Formats: sequence, structure tokens, C-alpha cells
Amino acid sequence: MQTPEPALFAEAPAAPVVRIFGVGNAGIALLATLATPEFAAAQFAVINTDAGAFAASPATVKIHLENKLLRGLGSGGDPERGRALAEEQFSTLKSACEGANVIFILAGLGGGAGSGISPVLAKAAREAGALVLAFVTLPFECEGNRREAQAQASLEQLKSAADGVICLPSQKVFKLIDENSTLLETFRVTGGFLGEGVRGVWHLLTRPGLIHVHFADLCALLRDRHAENAFAFVEATGAGRAREVVENILAHPLLDEGRALAESEAVLVSLTAGNDLSMSEINRVIDQVKRQCSHAQIIMGASVDAEMKDKLCVTIIAARQNAAPATMSARTETHTSGATASSAREVVMVRTPHKRKGNAKPVQTQLPLTIVSKGRFDKSEPTKHNGEDLDVPTFLRRGVPLN
Amino acid sequence: MFDDSNIIAGLEIGTSKICVVVGEQNTDGALNIIGLGQARSRGVRKGEIINPEQVEEDLRAAMFEAEQMADVEIRSVYLGVSGGHVRGFNNRGVHPVVSDDREISADDVDDVVKNAKAINLPAENTVIHAVRQHFFVDGQDGVTNPVGMLGARLEVDMHVIHGHANRLQNVVRLVRATSLEVDDVVFNGIATSLALLSNEQKELGALVIDIGGGTTEFVVYSNGVIRHSGVLAVGGDHVSNDLAYGLKVPLSRAEKLKIEYGAASVNESVKGQTISITNELGLELKRLNHEHLQRIMSLRLEEIFQLIAHDLEQAGLTDYLRAGVFLCGGGSRVPGIVKLAENVFQMNVAPGHATAVSGLTAALDQPEFAAAIGLVKYGSLKHHRRRAGQPFLKGLFGRLLQRS
Repeated sequence: MQTPEPALFAEAPAAPVVRIFGVGNAGIALLATLATPEFAAAQFAVINTDAGAFAASPATVKIHLENKLLRGLGSGGDPERGRALAEEQFSTLKSACEGANVIFILAGLGGGAGSGISPVLAKAAREAGALVLAFVTLPFECEGNRREAQAQASLEQLKSAADGVICLPSQKVFKLIDENSTLLETFRVTGGFLGEGVRGVWHLLTRPGLIHVHFADLCALLRDRHAENAFAFVEATGAGRAREVVENILAHPLLDEGRALAESEAVLVSLTAGNDLSMSEINRVIDQVKRQCSHAQIIMGASVDAEMKDKLCVTIIAARQNAAPATMSARTETHTSGATASSAREVVMVRTPHKRKGNAKPVQTQLPLTIVSKGRFDKSEPTKHNGEDLDVPTFLRRGVPLN
Repeated sequence: MFDDSNIIAGLEIGTSKICVVVGEQNTDGALNIIGLGQARSRGVRKGEIINPEQVEEDLRAAMFEAEQMADVEIRSVYLGVSGGHVRGFNNRGVHPVVSDDREISADDVDDVVKNAKAINLPAENTVIHAVRQHFFVDGQDGVTNPVGMLGARLEVDMHVIHGHANRLQNVVRLVRATSLEVDDVVFNGIATSLALLSNEQKELGALVIDIGGGTTEFVVYSNGVIRHSGVLAVGGDHVSNDLAYGLKVPLSRAEKLKIEYGAASVNESVKGQTISITNELGLELKRLNHEHLQRIMSLRLEEIFQLIAHDLEQAGLTDYLRAGVFLCGGGSRVPGIVKLAENVFQMNVAPGHATAVSGLTAALDQPEFAAAIGLVKYGSLKHHRRRAGQPFLKGLFGRLLQRS
């Protein structure tokens, strides 16, 4: 567990300065959905290679990355171009990040601008001394292998550049929408999820908490882990709200029906409710979460917001273990090139070796497929115990290093 | 037919071996072990059959060996069952005593036991054992025989062990296919505790852990009755598999390494030591880190104990184990496992020895055979009681046997 840099405290005596960047077309669209009074205190900025998308954006800072090669047509879905452009104007990006404590990057990975610029922006932001949290979506399966591969590559770079990546494989959203949903609705749902994540973190940072989740706690959870974070934001109202919230958490598709909790090494739980928030409710929620992830460090926070009335909101951010194959969990689905979003996600986590902050850059190339084989138990019924697959070697699940 | 015979055989189809123990009961009920047969088991994973043909073959080999050694023909066996699907829980039955004089009759006892057995099981599950614990008469605790007492409300606690009917049935069918009769089906954990625990230990409170190849069974006795039981589908196979994965060696090699170099905790003396694997010509093929081997093993074994300890804690039984913990099964051979268990459970731990049976000492001293010996003992108790005209643990499984 790392302690946050003391410098951060000195800069942030009160509320931390949060700047939200929308990168690429998808990022800009995501940012637009956040332009509510709730986020009045945040500074919005957008970056794109295509100026056309800027017009509708509520952002105050608009950075248009352009050179002659592109002829104003955008990056053409090629992340290399986006990346080259961003690196060319690294200093511009860095200066745009100056003075912020926390930088959120919103992007849809898979295209040119989002995939190319986000990692560079993350790097710039970190050099400018901010905590960088990226909220990204991965493309739907039907968008094709190329976009999938680009998204994965970018996600890897982003993970080594940013402090935390909260990633939403769009494919997972399929589970949540009904068959007849329109494309627009689907995108809205995807965006909504990501927005919830941003909102959840935003609440953590801005709302005065009774049991306060410090900015430092968030740093500690994310910094230097380069972890993949699973997040969920659930809310419920009425008498049985604590129970309902817990049920929703355990059934949340973004947490793999609670499995993500079992595999995480640190979990941040933040509750927000109206004045009637009771200790027993907090206890109930935390207790259930704790039961799911007995090995994880739990950071909890609670705050009261009179406007919430009888609503209870819970934000959960779970940092998965980064000790390579430990996260492999039980899933043994074979990963072909057109893998499902979820299995692809697993693979990515394996590929990302644990890195220290300084040498963020080189991403080791590895075999595309390193699923933990359960060896002898491959074909037998898995032995599940509180969501943990006991067939996976203990030392892997506990992340005990063998060096 | 068989009731007149004094030969009792116990059969355990385990994940690593199939084991048959033959006992002879003399007229006073004393039991003497006269034969033992075992074969390497190939068709079983986690205590459940995955390849019936191989199991049948191995079973015949084991039976043959046992029959040769005991010089008897085995016609029926007490069959031990296990598997991750087997679970135990406690249930209470209540019965109001309605007779005018408030005297509890044998009928009342039957009724209350029937009530306690009326439980909500998943449709596909069946009860293996329903063991009576204690009666309560108007809330008075610890009554063993309430007949003739006065009271208005009779209650009984039962420990019910149940499992997946089809999976249990599979084993029974397989044994029948080898033209053997199945006298009764017994949960391995109960059999093991029968072999290991004396009545005093059951009275004091004891935990029996049988770390087998594919499963780990645990049973808690206290105040003379079974209080808790369970199966973890984790065993020695998992240790080997962990080693194979962690040390990057084939499973068969991992198995050998486990036996030769394994330990339940990391010894100071092996830190930094390596093990070299050589081929048949003595050339070195690979070097392994001895410390890693032991760490991988110790983590897995520790986890098994922790899971059990956690389970007992939730059942609120930790303070009732005054006789301590008894280990058996192949897993109890790991050097240092007693110490590890002591650390986890924070109480006395001892390797279990099959007591109260005489005969082949070589067989009795092996922790692997505890369950099979216990099966014979279960059979002998049943025979003895039947002869004495007492009902034994009601053979609920009998229904299941008849159905097949």
C-alpha cells in the first residue's frame, strides 16, 4: 500500500480541483451527459482531432489537435495518428493539466482519437502532478476485431500511464438492455454507466462525508497499482433499501455478479443517503461487501445529503489484484481473437505486469493467451466457496509472490 | 442371509485410492480386522466418479486383494460416500404432548423425530443420515430418552446429512454392477470419526478432519453426539495441482515432489535451497526452489484449515472442542501439518489412530484407512444392535437403495 505524496496534501487543503477531459468523439459525448449542475465545481475540457464535435460541447477548454496530414478529417480511426499528434503537442496537454489535483479522462477506446490521445494525456497529467483516473468504454463485439485490438492496446498503455482505469466493456451492457433497445438507448445506457462511475468518484471527492473518504484514500487505492478497477453505482429507496442495495451490488453485471469483489485486493465503498441514514444500514452494506471480499482491504465512507431524501446510493470501486494471473479466476473460456469483452478483459489484466510509477512506459509483450489452467480440475465442477474458486491455486488467489 | 455371517466389509471409493477393509465380528461384538485391499483410483475426481469403467476395474482389483488377504468371499459392503455436494445441518422437531396424563410415550418420540426429519431439501437431494442428538422436554436440555417423562412439549435436535441423490446413486449402482450388495451407505466423515474417536472424546467434543485426495471431510462431536459435518471438495490433489502450476512441472512429478519434499510450513532450513530433478541417467533436468514448493503447499493446507475453522466459528462450535482436533487421511502425513493445524485452530491437534478395533496393525496405523475401518465399525455396530434387537441409526438411505 502506497502512501500518497505529501505534496498533494499541501496543494489540496480544501476540495481538490477536478478537471474532466473528454477525449475523442465518444469522450465528448460522455462529457456532455455530465454537464449538470452537480458538476458545477468541475472544470470541463475536451480534446479531439476533429473540430466538428466541439460545437455542442459545454466544455470551457477545447483543444483541437491538428496538423496538415489530417486535413481536418480527424484521425481516421487510427490510434497511431492520434498518438503521434498528442505527443507532438505534449506541452499543450501538460499545460492544460496544470493546477488540477484530479483529472478524469473520459474516452471511448477503439477509435483513433480516444485510443491514441488518452494514454498520452494521462502521462501528461501525471507529469503535471495530478491523480489520473480514466473512465473508458471498450467497443462492442460487433464493432470488429480491429477496434477491439486497438482498444485493448490502448487500454494497456492507459493502465501504465494512469493511476486508475475504470473500464466498461460495452458488451457487458448487452446483458442489461432488452432486445428492442435502440442504438441510441444502448449508447445512453453505456454512457450512463460510465457517468455513474464519474459521479460516484465525484461525490467521494466533493461531498462532505460523515465518515469521510479522503482524497488520500482514493489515491492510496489507485496510485501505483495500475490496476483495473471494477466499479458499480447502485441506489435504492424505501424501507428495505440497504438490503436492496446489497442485492443490486451482488447482482451487478459490472462486478461480474459480485465475483469482481471476491477477486479484488482493495475495495472502496461509499454510501450516500438522506438524513435518515442509519448506522445499521451502513453496517449491513459493509458487512455484506466484506463477506464477499474477505482478503481485501476495505475503505468505507458515508455521507449525508439532505436532498437525497430516502434514497441510498452506494459507490463501489474494486481494485483487482494485479499480481498477474491471480485475477484469472475460474473462467477458462478460450480466448480466440474475437473473444468476448469479458474474457478479453481478463487477458488484459494478465498481460499487465505490476509496474512502479516511474517506469510507466514499456509494456511487455506477452503471449496472447495465459489463462490459468486448472489442470486436473479443468473439466470437473468448480469448487466455489463464497465466490472464490478453490481449484485455482491458493498462492495465486492470495497473490503471494514467488520470486 | 448375510445377517448370520460375521464378516463385515467396508468400501471407500476415494479420489486417490479404492480401499476395502474386511472385519470379522465375534459373538461378543468385538471386531477384528482380517483383510485389506487397495487399488489406485483413476476414475474419481473430488470424491465423485467421472469414469465408471475405470472405477469398476480398480474396484475389482481392490476387492480381489482384500478377499485374498482375508480368505473370505465378500458379498456385501458398507459403502462410504463423500463429495462436495454432501452437507450436514441441524434441525429441530417439535411435538406437543397431548395425552391427558402428560406422560411422553414412545409414539410421541416417534412423532417428534418424524417432525425433525420433515425438512426442506432441494428436490434432487436425499438424506444420507439423520442422527438424533438430544431431546428437550419443556425446554429441559440434554434428555436422551424422554419416554415415561412428564411434559407438555417435546422437542428433538437432529443432525441431517444429505447429498445429491443421483450422484450418490451412481456409486451404489456401480458397486452393484460388480455383483456386490450394498448394506448401507455411510458418509465418510461419520465413518472416520467412528474409527478415530472414543466415547470420551465424543463427550468432550472433538473435530475430525479427514484430508483425502479430492475432498476434505470434517465432523464435530460434542456431548456425545454429532453436531456439525461438512465436506470441502479440496484435498491432496489440489496441493499437487498447485505445485504443478507453481513449479511448472507435470502433475505426476508434482505428486512425487509433494511426497518427497513437501511440508505444511516453510522450514527455515530449506530457504534458498533448490531441488534438482534428474532424468534416469542422472543428468539434471531442472532445478526447483524448495522454499517455493513448501510455501505453495503450506498456503493451500492452511487455507483448508482456515475454511474449516471459519465454518466452525460460524456454527459457534469452536469452544466445544475440548478433546481437540484429530487429523487423518493421506493429507495428515504431510510433515508439520499438526503444527499448522494447531496454529489455525489454536487448540490441541493430534494425528488420529483407529481405536477399538484389533487386527492387522499395519492397516490400522495408516491414516488413509481410517474411513474404511470406520465403515467396518459402523457395520459391526449395526449388526450388533440388530442382533440385540435395538434399532440403529435409521437407514434412511435404505429407501434409496431399494429404489435403484
